[in-house]
Amino acid sequence: MRRLSWFNTVSLTLGFAFLYIPMLILIVYSFNGGKLVTVWAGFSTKWYGELFRNEAFLDAAWVTLKVAVMSSSVATVLGTMAAYVMVRAGRFHGRTLFSGMIYAPLVMPEVITGLSLLLLFIAIGLDRGVLTIVLAHTTFSMCYVSVVVSSRLVTFDQSLEEAALDLGCTGFEAFRLVTLPIIAPAVISGWLLAFTLSLDDLVIASFTSGPSSTTLPIKIFSAVRLGVSPEINALSTIMITLVAVGVIGASLTSKRAIAKRAKDEQEAT
Amino acid sequence: MKRFGLISVPYLWLLALFLVPFLIVLKISLSDTALAIPPYTPTLDMSEGWAGFTAWLSGLDIENFTWLTQDDLYWKAYLSSLKIATMSTILALLVGFPIAYGMSRASDEWRPTLMMMIILPFWTSFLIRVYAWKAILSQEGLLNQLLMNIGIIGEPLTILNTNTAVYIGIVYTYLPFMVLPIYSALERLDESLLEAAEDLGCSRMTAFWLVTLPLAKQGIIAGSFLVFIPAMGEFVIPSLLGGSKTLMIGKVLWEEFFSNRDWPVASAVAVVLLLILIIPIVLFQRNEEKQREAGK
Repeated sequence: MRRLSWFNTVSLTLGFAFLYIPMLILIVYSFNGGKLVTVWAGFSTKWYGELFRNEAFLDAAWVTLKVAVMSSSVATVLGTMAAYVMVRAGRFHGRTLFSGMIYAPLVMPEVITGLSLLLLFIAIGLDRGVLTIVLAHTTFSMCYVSVVVSSRLVTFDQSLEEAALDLGCTGFEAFRLVTLPIIAPAVISGWLLAFTLSLDDLVIASFTSGPSSTTLPIKIFSAVRLGVSPEINALSTIMITLVAVGVIGASLTSKRAIAKRAKDEQEAT
Repeated sequence: MKRFGLISVPYLWLLALFLVPFLIVLKISLSDTALAIPPYTPTLDMSEGWAGFTAWLSGLDIENFTWLTQDDLYWKAYLSSLKIATMSTILALLVGFPIAYGMSRASDEWRPTLMMMIILPFWTSFLIRVYAWKAILSQEGLLNQLLMNIGIIGEPLTILNTNTAVYIGIVYTYLPFMVLPIYSALERLDESLLEAAEDLGCSRMTAFWLVTLPLAKQGIIAGSFLVFIPAMGEFVIPSLLGGSKTLMIGKVLWEEFFSNRDWPVASAVAVVLLLILIIPIVLFQRNEEKQREAGK
């Protein structure tokens, strides 16, 4: 029987306090009436109003969302293909280079990725804008997608796919009707990961964006560089709430799915 | 044929947008700075054919790398990044291990919730989590207010814009990367091994040192690399929480590129940073492979 010692309890409490208190403070002070972020001056939602009247932030949010949807969708397709190649294609010429290029972007410092892509775009004469940010984000997030999807593909029973082929499916039909439904959870979490990475990225976007395509992180960074601002607190609160609702919702859904599967298995036996 | 299509699409994408850009960085790091567009020389002139290529090739030299060793700003920044990354990794381990250990000892009902609570910050914007510390650590910030109200300190402490703030920022943002691999190593730990050790006369403390810690080793190593590697090239944390004295190579590269517009030197800085990081990256990959084999 496992039991928590006092040491375990204390370290969990302190650890989670350390992780969550800064974010809670940020949220609390977004409802502060005063201009100073560190002095409480009564409850107010005026910074939310200011935020929604700030056109520059709204424009940046729109650009960020567009970039994130486009790059994560392309990255999911490319990353799933890459995962398929890594797990199923067997040996082929240049396989080592391929797996190297899949893993290297995961550990590459962002400043280097950003710099190298910018130099490429300049060398081929591509104007910086939404397109260049999408290309940059797709490249690094497809690697994350392929890692997530290939970890699911490894545990996948290949005989199911072979059975579909024996029963007359074409290769693509077997993928669409058998493989895809089974790896779907991994593909979806790959997409979500790519989406969040794109929403979050400051460094690579700073190198690859043009004057007309400022993203939200770039906007936030230039606003907070010199100090704290209550508007940014309001914006942060909205973003934290959206993520929390998403993550808690997803974990409840998966919990329910696991419970249902356990129940089905019990009934089957 | 279909297999060829499947391989070539992601392959060509990565070649064009990962490998080629890196080769361009390497090439520009060997060029000279110039007041032109693009601001470096020589540029390859294809119209002159072979003669143009040899002229371009002979224009490349390692001058920028010599420059990096001569100006002490650069090697100081590399050393300071190494020091900050190493210290933060050790601190993250000291903070993260007890959390992972506590999670692995928690009951089965609690574990999914704790797991979710570790992952949740990871999905939240990195920039916002770093920014949150600015209001806490500043001179008139909440930490100083709290400490002065309790009466521990009389004068506000200067934490923001120092290396201490950078350590706090790195540990805070990368903590989930340390906790998760250690937790997954500890979770697999067979409880009966500890019971056996205690039956054989170990105290709980000795059993921890002789059984738990060695079995968590792979997780500790993986977690340390996952903190160390990104911390080494970090840009956001030192520029938001660090001061003018905080030297980190990611920041130097950024300034060299955006403020000084010295592309060749920025590229040379990037190449050297990558050479330094190749060692931990290769070690990390070996560790992962070892773990994968052990898992089979």
